[in-house]
Amino acid sequence: MTSTSITLEGCGRTFPGGQVALHPLDLTVAAGETLVLLGPSGCGKTTTLRIISGLESPDAGGRVRFGERDVTALPIEQRDVGMVFQNYALFPNMSVADNIAYGLRIKGLPREAIRRRLEEVMAMVDLQGFDTRRIHELSGGQKQRVALARAIAVRPKVLLFDEPLSALDAKLRDRLRLEIGQLLRELDITAVYVTHDQAEAMALGDRIAVMQAGRIAQLATPREIYHRPTSTFVADFIGAVNRLEVHATLADRRLRVSGGELHAPHLAGVAAVYCRPEDVQIVTADSADLRGKVRQSIFLGQSQRLLIDLGDSTCLQVETASRRQWRAEEPIGLRLPPEALFHPECHAYPAKDLETNHA
Amino acid sequence: MKRMRFYLQLSFTLVVCLFMIVPVIMSVMAGLTTNYFVGLESGLTLRWVKEVWALYADTIWLSIRLALTCLFLTVLLGVPAAYGLLRSKRRWANAIEEALLLPVAIPGLATALALLLAYGHMRGFRESWLFILIGHVLFTLPFMIRPVLAVMRGARLAELEEAAASLGAGFRQRFLGVVVPNCVGGILAGALMVVTLSIGEFNITWMLHTPLNKTLPVGLADSYASMRLEIGSAYTLIFLAMTLPLLVVIQWAGRFANRSRTP
Repeated sequence: MTSTSITLEGCGRTFPGGQVALHPLDLTVAAGETLVLLGPSGCGKTTTLRIISGLESPDAGGRVRFGERDVTALPIEQRDVGMVFQNYALFPNMSVADNIAYGLRIKGLPREAIRRRLEEVMAMVDLQGFDTRRIHELSGGQKQRVALARAIAVRPKVLLFDEPLSALDAKLRDRLRLEIGQLLRELDITAVYVTHDQAEAMALGDRIAVMQAGRIAQLATPREIYHRPTSTFVADFIGAVNRLEVHATLADRRLRVSGGELHAPHLAGVAAVYCRPEDVQIVTADSADLRGKVRQSIFLGQSQRLLIDLGDSTCLQVETASRRQWRAEEPIGLRLPPEALFHPECHAYPAKDLETNHA
Repeated sequence: MKRMRFYLQLSFTLVVCLFMIVPVIMSVMAGLTTNYFVGLESGLTLRWVKEVWALYADTIWLSIRLALTCLFLTVLLGVPAAYGLLRSKRRWANAIEEALLLPVAIPGLATALALLLAYGHMRGFRESWLFILIGHVLFTLPFMIRPVLAVMRGARLAELEEAAASLGAGFRQRFLGVVVPNCVGGILAGALMVVTLSIGEFNITWMLHTPLNKTLPVGLADSYASMRLEIGSAYTLIFLAMTLPLLVVIQWAGRFANRSRTP
């Protein structure tokens, strides 16, 4: 499949009532790349996708390009996109095979070519033998496979996903997420994937654009988004994060926080430091940076989440192995390695160390 | 308690029989009796039916032609109109939907009089059956638009169309390949109403008809007024024989269409 890059230039969207859904946005998706648009509802991710698809037009001045070609003025049916919708949007008046072949028939392909292509994509999404089934006879997962097959059957230049898994239950969602990821790699196609589920975004995205209130808050690889968020919004939205207020910077540049002192030479002069619960290490009292008391332990199966009281009504979340049982009020010593500490506006810590420490 | 419910149901059934079924049977029998005033003892005959056919066959054909043309036009106008109302974001779309019911609310005689006042002077048009057709379409159109619109509203059409568009389908392909097939249930329900209403329509038609353009109900009134009771009854019999199978077929088609759709 020939993939193409997507470029948005100054694409904003204001609704007739004057409400701004999307502030003018510049965005490039490389050919063959999967870009995930992630954010809470109403952040503009779906609007961005609909502008790319041609279902909506950007405000005056906005440009959409597929490769070198300006497609701003083209309606969706002339843009060569495949689209997968949240509620499947399968045609209830047609069988599975007719749904998948719909785009091929519209293109006027010869009967034999349609049959061959149909077989090919049905094998791709593991739907062999479902040809004559009616849509209402399928489960949610099967419906979304049909939708996927229908979208890729026409060999589109671009694949667009609008929260395709949010109508499915958790287990099925995980499985289909893996399959979609595999399919996207196989097809080597440019894809834009809208979701509010961060696990989906992490697993599928080559890059993630975290969106907030009609703007891109951060655009980076999943790893970077997670470990080097550039705003407190992104840090909070992706995964769990601890925030420790810095009470004072000491003479040796150590930071005084509730429960002890931290060594973070790259974070001079910050008002607070952030760290992920799984980066906090539990150590013996004498080698600890911070000391506190266990307030509560939440058993999660593969791990447990401890809530540690550091005094001054400051609480720290720690993710640790689930075997050891912690009682409330039990004293605990914690170590926060310098590379685990970050601040959204201050990223002096070398990136390569980040990668090795979190691999 | 249970006993009382049984008697209530029984008496309701009896009342229904008394006022709905008995008169129909009486009427049908009257059309087949040699002399109604003598009674069944005078013997059964098809003479009256034949006589009606000889006198009024053209009214029957006209009624069928009117009903089918009316159905064709209401589908042709009603389905796109329903789609337009569905899509329109303007506030007056609701007002139009309500206004569509006006010809039903206004007495048929008044509608017909208005038509005569406006276009009665166009002689050729006035005297052709197309003039009556206009009246029928006016009267039956809302009965097509309403069920189609209801089905369209429940069918997530917007999403289906977006999906079809993403696969390269232009407006015409989307409308004919996705919109229309997904509101077949509504079209069939509407068709049932349109055909029965058109065949039975009297008020408008009576005002608009000419001696050469009489429909079945107008002919019926004519025969009741000027012919023997047996002929009028035989006429009713023919009317029933025509419409009942039609209704059954359309009902069956509707059920068939629904079975192949959503669970």
